[in-house]
Amino acid sequence: MTAETIIQSLASGLLMGLLYGLIAAGLALIFGLMDVVNFAHGEFLMIAMYVTFFLFAFFAIDPLLAAPLVAAALFVFGAVVYLLVVRFAMRAKANAGMVQIFSTFGLAIVMRGLAQFFFTPDYRSVTNSWVGGKTISIGGIYLPEPQLIGAMLSIAAFVALYFFINRTDFGRALEATREDAGAVALVGIDKNRVFALGWGLGAALVGLAGAIMAIFFYIYPDVGASFALIAYVTVALGGFGSVFGAFAGGIIVGLVEATTALILPPSLKSVGIYAVYLLVVFIRPRGLFGSM
Amino acid sequence: MDTHFAQRRRRDLIVAACLAAIAALVPLFVKDVYVENIMVLTLMYAALSQSWNILSGYCGQISLGHALYFGLGAYTTALLFTKFGVLPWFGMLAGGAISAVIAMALGYPCFRLRGHYFVIATIVIAEIALLLIQNWDWAGAALGIDIPVRGDSWLKFQFTRSKLPYFYFALALACIAWLVTWWLEDSKWGYWWRAVKDNPDAAESLGVVVFNSKMGAAAVSAFLVAVGGSFYAQFVSYIDPESVMGFQFSLLMALPAVLGGIGTLWGPVLGAVILIPLTELTRSFVGGSGRGVDLIVYGALIVAISLALPKGLVSVFSMLSGRKEAAR
Repeated sequence: MTAETIIQSLASGLLMGLLYGLIAAGLALIFGLMDVVNFAHGEFLMIAMYVTFFLFAFFAIDPLLAAPLVAAALFVFGAVVYLLVVRFAMRAKANAGMVQIFSTFGLAIVMRGLAQFFFTPDYRSVTNSWVGGKTISIGGIYLPEPQLIGAMLSIAAFVALYFFINRTDFGRALEATREDAGAVALVGIDKNRVFALGWGLGAALVGLAGAIMAIFFYIYPDVGASFALIAYVTVALGGFGSVFGAFAGGIIVGLVEATTALILPPSLKSVGIYAVYLLVVFIRPRGLFGSM
Repeated sequence: MDTHFAQRRRRDLIVAACLAAIAALVPLFVKDVYVENIMVLTLMYAALSQSWNILSGYCGQISLGHALYFGLGAYTTALLFTKFGVLPWFGMLAGGAISAVIAMALGYPCFRLRGHYFVIATIVIAEIALLLIQNWDWAGAALGIDIPVRGDSWLKFQFTRSKLPYFYFALALACIAWLVTWWLEDSKWGYWWRAVKDNPDAAESLGVVVFNSKMGAAAVSAFLVAVGGSFYAQFVSYIDPESVMGFQFSLLMALPAVLGGIGTLWGPVLGAVILIPLTELTRSFVGGSGRGVDLIVYGALIVAISLALPKGLVSVFSMLSGRKEAAR
């Protein structure tokens, strides 16, 4: 193992980590807002990848151009899921935690079934997109272009999110609702509207990630499952509910994954991520940046 | 109040005995292999879900990683039999004991975690075990283990000609899991667990040994699930990591209890009796084409029941009997 291979794999790990952060951002946002873990998050990613694929296959729209469209579509989808399912799960008086887990889990299974029904279980891929399969060499290190663009998009999305949460009325309403949902009702903010917009925004973020993922990853009904667990670990590492913790969590997960792949056989690369998760929560039971 | 509770417990026991007797007679009238297969699976999931319910329902520590213990049971039995010729009955006890010890060893650090951190830890631990077994050549790696046929006998717990013995074993296992739960409900453990579930801090201050009672629940739950795994290995006579330790098993174990009524005595049984035949039937009638209709039906059912009946299907029964008592 030379220094070059190590730097090379850490660099790709960093890019992938930034993308993991983007995938997990929506999950963290929704959790922070209303203490709900969306167990259908991986399926949101799957839907985003299919939307990208069909925009490319039918309208020849390149995934990079499609990304905003996919994000918009997912925004609507996320808000609808909140209004049709999650809103009712929030009302459960008994076993509230259980109801949230299993209603979103059930939703995930339905979404997978629908994807199989309408799109068949076949593996699909976006071929001949602008950046697909291309690499760029920076100082002797080869970086895959789709991941590089994904990483830059992730940073841009987090910066935008920062300004959005801190500088806009809706962002302030979001923060206020997460701090005290009862009190905001008194000042005339409709809690349900804020939650629906929060779900829309969370889904839009995973939509952006899905558009990029579609460039270099196979698209099939179960694709979300493999990324969902990584997203949960990412969010939990950062501390549930901390959106910017998800950013840091993503980078850690990407680097750990790359390092593990250097040491252990590639089929065991996820073991490193899971082990680091356990290690962190055993030492800090509320994640790295979660409030104690 | 106490006498009312004692009455209910006696009634539960009588109802359970009647149901078990009826279930035992069913194979006399039903000779169809396909139906027999569904009955065996239904009883197995009733047993598994009942065991899962002890830790996740009564004690409130939601585990979505119980596939680990199921897989440990299946692998211990299969490995001991194929590599060392140890009879499955001993393998079953060994698998149960190993699982109980591992559950406590894992519980030691994990029970400090709360809420989602705990749930994700259970998923992640089972996932690590799955990946390790998939890469463990001695244990067959991803290909798994074929359990060789050595002739039908109770001694070797192998039956190739008739599924009936498996049916009776599964029935016995479901009864044992139910009885253990029934007994625990009225033991000091049962009260501790309810206290821990409702409010761990208050329980601690009232002198409940929160940590130890969680460990006890984990050990009992893991032991019984591992026995179920051993049974499954013998029943299907071929195991591979994904098919006994995959995440779907953790989910399949939890769902009957969740749908039937989590933390209740009858919830897992009721949930399994409805859910497992429904899953198997939709799979064979509409899902055969691989078009996912079975998943849609299944998922929609989970969403609908968890939203409409957060206390599970048993709450319908208690509502009905509550009305009867109010009318009296």
